[in-house]
Amino acid sequence: MTQATQTDKGAYFIPEPSHWPITAVSGMFLLFLGLILAINKMDLAGSLILVTGFALLAHLLQGWFGAVIDENLSGKYNGQVDRSFRQGMFWFIASEAAFFVTFFGCLYYLRNITLPWLGGEGHLADSHLLWQNFQYNWPLLNLPDSSNAKYAPAKEAMAPWGIPFLNTIILLSSGVTLTWAHWGLKKGNNPQLVRGLVITICLGVLFFCLQAYEYWHAHTEMDLTLNAGVYGSTFYMLTGFHGLHVTIGTIMLTVICARSIKRHFTEHNHFAFEAVAWYWHFVDVVWIALFIFVYWL
Amino acid sequence: MLERRTACLAATLLAVVGCLGAAVAHADYEYNLTPPASTITQEIFDLHMLTTTIATIIMVIVTAMIIYALYAFRHSQGAIPDQDFHNNWFGRWAWVLVPVIVLGIDLSIASSASSTLSSVESHDKADVTVKVTGSQWKWTYEYLDDGIKVVSNLKKLEPTDPLYLRDVDNPLVLPTGKRVRFLLTSSDVLHNWGGAEVVPKKISIPGYINETWTNITKEGVYRGQCYENCGAGHAFMPAVISAVSPDKFEQWRAQQKSQAAQAAAEASSDKVWGKDELVAKGQEVYTKNCMACHQANGKGLPGVFPALSGSKIADGPVAGHLERVIHGKPGTAMAAWGPQLNDLEIAAVVTFERNSWDNHTGDAVQPKDVKAAR
Amino acid sequence: MSGAVTAHDDHHDHGPPKGWQRWLYSTNHKDIGTMYLFFSLFMLFFGGAMAMYIRAELFMPGVQLASPNFYNNMVTDHALVMVFGMVMPAAAGMANWMIPMMIGAPDMALPRLNNLSFWLLPAAALMLVLSIVAPYIFPNGGTPVNTGWTLLPPLSKQVGIGMDFTIFAIHLLGVSSILASINIVTTILNMRAPGMTLMKMPLFVWSWFFTGLLLIAVMPVLAGAVTMLLFDRHFGTSFFDAAGGGDPILFQHLFWFFGHPEVYVLLLPSIGVLGLVIPTFSRKPLFGYKSLVWGMAFLAALGMVVWAHHQYTIGMSLAATNYFMIGTILISIPVGLMLLNFIFTMWRGSMTFETPMLFGIAIILMFSFAGVTGVMLAVVPADMQYHDTMFVVAHFHYALIPGAVFGLYAGVFYWLPKWTGHMYDERLGKIFFWWTTISFNITFFPQHFLGLAGMPRRIVDYSVQYTDFNMISSIGGFLFGLSHLLFLYIIIKTIRGGEKAPAKPWEGAQIGTAGLEWTLPSPPPFHSFTEAPVVR
Ligand code: HEA
Ligand code: HEA
Ligand code: CUA
Ligand SMILES: [Cu+2]
Repeated sequence: MTQATQTDKGAYFIPEPSHWPITAVSGMFLLFLGLILAINKMDLAGSLILVTGFALLAHLLQGWFGAVIDENLSGKYNGQVDRSFRQGMFWFIASEAAFFVTFFGCLYYLRNITLPWLGGEGHLADSHLLWQNFQYNWPLLNLPDSSNAKYAPAKEAMAPWGIPFLNTIILLSSGVTLTWAHWGLKKGNNPQLVRGLVITICLGVLFFCLQAYEYWHAHTEMDLTLNAGVYGSTFYMLTGFHGLHVTIGTIMLTVICARSIKRHFTEHNHFAFEAVAWYWHFVDVVWIALFIFVYWL
Repeated sequence: MLERRTACLAATLLAVVGCLGAAVAHADYEYNLTPPASTITQEIFDLHMLTTTIATIIMVIVTAMIIYALYAFRHSQGAIPDQDFHNNWFGRWAWVLVPVIVLGIDLSIASSASSTLSSVESHDKADVTVKVTGSQWKWTYEYLDDGIKVVSNLKKLEPTDPLYLRDVDNPLVLPTGKRVRFLLTSSDVLHNWGGAEVVPKKISIPGYINETWTNITKEGVYRGQCYENCGAGHAFMPAVISAVSPDKFEQWRAQQKSQAAQAAAEASSDKVWGKDELVAKGQEVYTKNCMACHQANGKGLPGVFPALSGSKIADGPVAGHLERVIHGKPGTAMAAWGPQLNDLEIAAVVTFERNSWDNHTGDAVQPKDVKAAR
Repeated sequence: MSGAVTAHDDHHDHGPPKGWQRWLYSTNHKDIGTMYLFFSLFMLFFGGAMAMYIRAELFMPGVQLASPNFYNNMVTDHALVMVFGMVMPAAAGMANWMIPMMIGAPDMALPRLNNLSFWLLPAAALMLVLSIVAPYIFPNGGTPVNTGWTLLPPLSKQVGIGMDFTIFAIHLLGVSSILASINIVTTILNMRAPGMTLMKMPLFVWSWFFTGLLLIAVMPVLAGAVTMLLFDRHFGTSFFDAAGGGDPILFQHLFWFFGHPEVYVLLLPSIGVLGLVIPTFSRKPLFGYKSLVWGMAFLAALGMVVWAHHQYTIGMSLAATNYFMIGTILISIPVGLMLLNFIFTMWRGSMTFETPMLFGIAIILMFSFAGVTGVMLAVVPADMQYHDTMFVVAHFHYALIPGAVFGLYAGVFYWLPKWTGHMYDERLGKIFFWWTTISFNITFFPQHFLGLAGMPRRIVDYSVQYTDFNMISSIGGFLFGLSHLLFLYIIIKTIRGGEKAPAKPWEGAQIGTAGLEWTLPSPPPFHSFTEAPVVR
């Protein structure tokens, strides 16, 4: 029957039974198992399993997406399948958004509710009795419990107008170049498409390097670490997960670039490109929020 | 036929559940919320009765409707479905009617609820202020106005005893007819303090101070428990309040004060203590504070609480032992006892631990050593 | 993967592939649905066995069976298994089986993803089992997961390696249900047969539409929360530690921001099932279809913004507390509308009482009861008395078992003929209904009294005054447990054989709904709709 649907146009493509999903599951499971062992002082076994799982996942992505690409190229997908992919991607990004909203929510809660309490303002102000000599300020450079060996406050706050601002410019312009590439694709102008993608990727990599430098600087010069109280915690949680997404995005862009060089995309059939574009723009937007709420305000 | 029987069965079942519902509201106290003995819990109790009654009425109505439907609209009785019941005026307007009615009931509940809420959350000035600190697994009560401190531990009883798990060595003593303010906090994990008869519960959070209050109207002993899962001992940290007349309370307060003064004097006096005195004192301190986890035999609970008997710390160098007792072990149930016990108590308990079970170090740690180690 | 492509060319038969590959590699919505259903049946017994232990331990005062930590470990995993391993997969299984057939789709929108979302569940279950055994098999594995399913820090920071397994089990479960939801929502929006407009969809499809949206919105929040917990445990962050400026209550906010919508995730599919069962056996169109759909939308939206009613005792500001109280009470509006619509559907109908209908009626009644106790709990000052007592436990078992589990039973009996092609044994079905319903009430009704008398939850041991009701509850619990053995037997018997089921086994099915599931033979062919049917 699957055969039939493929031949007669307009019918929905149902893939054959596939071993990729179960591979994905095993990969994820091993990855997590390895992580757990590794962070519980079983480094060797842990890291071995972790690497196995990671390799499995890498192989999987290549394989699964490869399969999808082939099916697409051999014209098995009709418009409805294409819509399914688009909507699927949309809801996936929606869930990603929810994930980031969580951390922004925490930032808000800690800054505007928790710390004022500890600093003796507002409701539950009595908590100040426990932290007599704690002055509330943000960025948090002095901790409620200064005697606690587990935490050490940062020496200074992250300055927004240096590297972070530069990074903002970089990501924004990468968004522009990506759109420019998209126009190229729509016009069927392949060189413009490829050029646009290459520039976008370079910008992505540049952003990544700057971010890495910023982390290094924060650790060595500013004592801004994960242990620097909630300022450090929120800072690294938000920028860290964003950085992760930039990395993934850059990798996906590279794949797309390779595919455009192979001329996989046509004016009408280029869902993969758009999916990645959406993802990239989403990462952009998250960064804007980051810049405003984490670095600037 | 079968249909009919089922329908009747169904009806009876529904009736039974309905009546049970009613029972909650109107049966005697054994089935109902524990009788209140303070102004605030009285208010709450009335609110509880209001909502319970509303709930019961709603259940009766719903049950009645269903029973009637089951009786009247049975296929086996040749009922003919009214295929456009949903198109008559009711069908067209039910989506407004029902919400409006429900909204009415909701708002009436909400209004009386939020007035009670305001009095629960009111922060008027209090006659007595008690700081309640939950820790794994006991309650510590500090009368902030006059430096009295009461440590309240579970009293070990047989599972057959009527007070099993509900009695403590020394309860929180409060005066009747006075407004008492409670500041709740915790030294380790979340606990939750309260006793339905006299104090609505509030959670106690490490690093934060939560607040509630009461004004007890009847003398008596009121028993609550810890109401937030706090680990292995969660079932074993009752909160007992003994309410006495104001003048009895004054006597008790005076007596406690003098005792406290004595103890403080003892602790700060630079007398050198003999090993046996210390061990004796230390045994008390140990039973009060340490036994819940490390057990009477010092063997702890394998995998959960380390043994002290023959342990590297309790049988090793004194410095390490003091360090661990004073500063605790972050991220575990082992609290920092420095702030909670005075020099003498720490010296005593350490000495006790170093000379009990399989530990025979023989050294007698002195208060001044503790002061030095702090 | 040219391999996959060539695979098509020499593959013309319509039947399922043979052997274990059929299941492991499946891309067929019915097969995956079946796996979901069997998985959740297994989990019912797993979680139930833990519940049996709980009831046995609480049979009388004194710690009889195991240590307090083990007890709370069982409570934790009982909850996680029942919620994430039993109810949600069962609902997802029914969605997989029925939604494509109802809306006239050839299959789910993204079949391979579908398979992935299922097989993540066994992996997660394995993680959970590891979290239970880890403390004993690993050198210094530390304390078992004794926190309860809310995993509240700081207690969850004292737990040993078991907590890390739990955290990653939750990650796997989260990924699974997010992917499943994406798939279902996409299927509903994109795979409907020509003419199957949104407002013609059977209520069950709508219920899953909102369930899916809820999961997409809140599952990531739980993932974020446990991730922060992991960092607090191992990487020195201080989100939940006042010493570093954090707040343990923050975790509660995050958990319940997920947790309350989650309870509607559990409820809605059952409401959807009722929306089919009640009309069918009343032989009368569903009353107030539109208002039910909008009610669900309203419920989902409101459910997202009332989470703090689980935390009334944390000391929020008066304004915040009032807001959460009123918001929570208002939830009685949409839910009340739903339940009353069902009663009005029976009104002037012509009812027969097959097993699904019996469950349907029992649900309306007992869930209303759960609801009104819920509203009692929503009243803040009163909740300061009920909070964390057995009263809450009673409330939510009334909500979860009639509200969610019985709905699934109704669905199972309603669709078993369609799934297996055989009628189930009606007599046994009725016996099962009466057995469960009665023993359920024996189990959980007395817990209201225990709660009002002040018995805390999550305690391994209690004082003598609570003995009687606990004994009743435990006995009821065992009876309730045993009834599930009958359930198992009925299912196996029906799969094995029995009276052949026609395409439309229920006389009243399809009255007033455009659902296409009954147009297919029972059991339906391996591939539902080869070419899209047209609804007019
Ligand atoms: C399926 C699951 C489910 C459902 C549907 C509900 C539904 C509701 N729940 Fe429940 N609840 C849980 C599962 C569920 N709950 C769980 C698991 C917990 C404990 C978690 C934990 O701590 O471990 C919990 C705990 C819980 C608490 C916290 C108690 C505490 O810890 O102190 C509260 C407090 O407000 C609450 C309220 C409600 C309300 C108002 C509803 C409403 O949706 C009910 C609405 C329905 C009705 C009201 C009945 C029908 C309406 C009518 C017949 C109309 C007329 C009625 C009126 C006018 C009142 N629930
Ligand atoms: C959908 C969710 C769901 C379901 C279906 C159940 C089902 C049951 N639950 Fe559960 N429960 C929760 C969700 C659920 N629970 C949650 C969220 C909590 C809170 C956890 C926390 O506090 O963190 C909880 C907590 C909880 C407690 C409170 C523990 C405590 O706070 O100390 C109790 C105690 O009675 C309990 C009992 C039961 C019982 C008897 C059943 C029964 O319905 C189970 C019946 C099913 C079976 C028994 C099937 C198995 C059958 C066999 C194994 C065959 C053999 C049978 C025998 C040997 C008799 N549950
Ligand atoms: Cu302290 Cu529970
Ligand atoms: Cu809730």
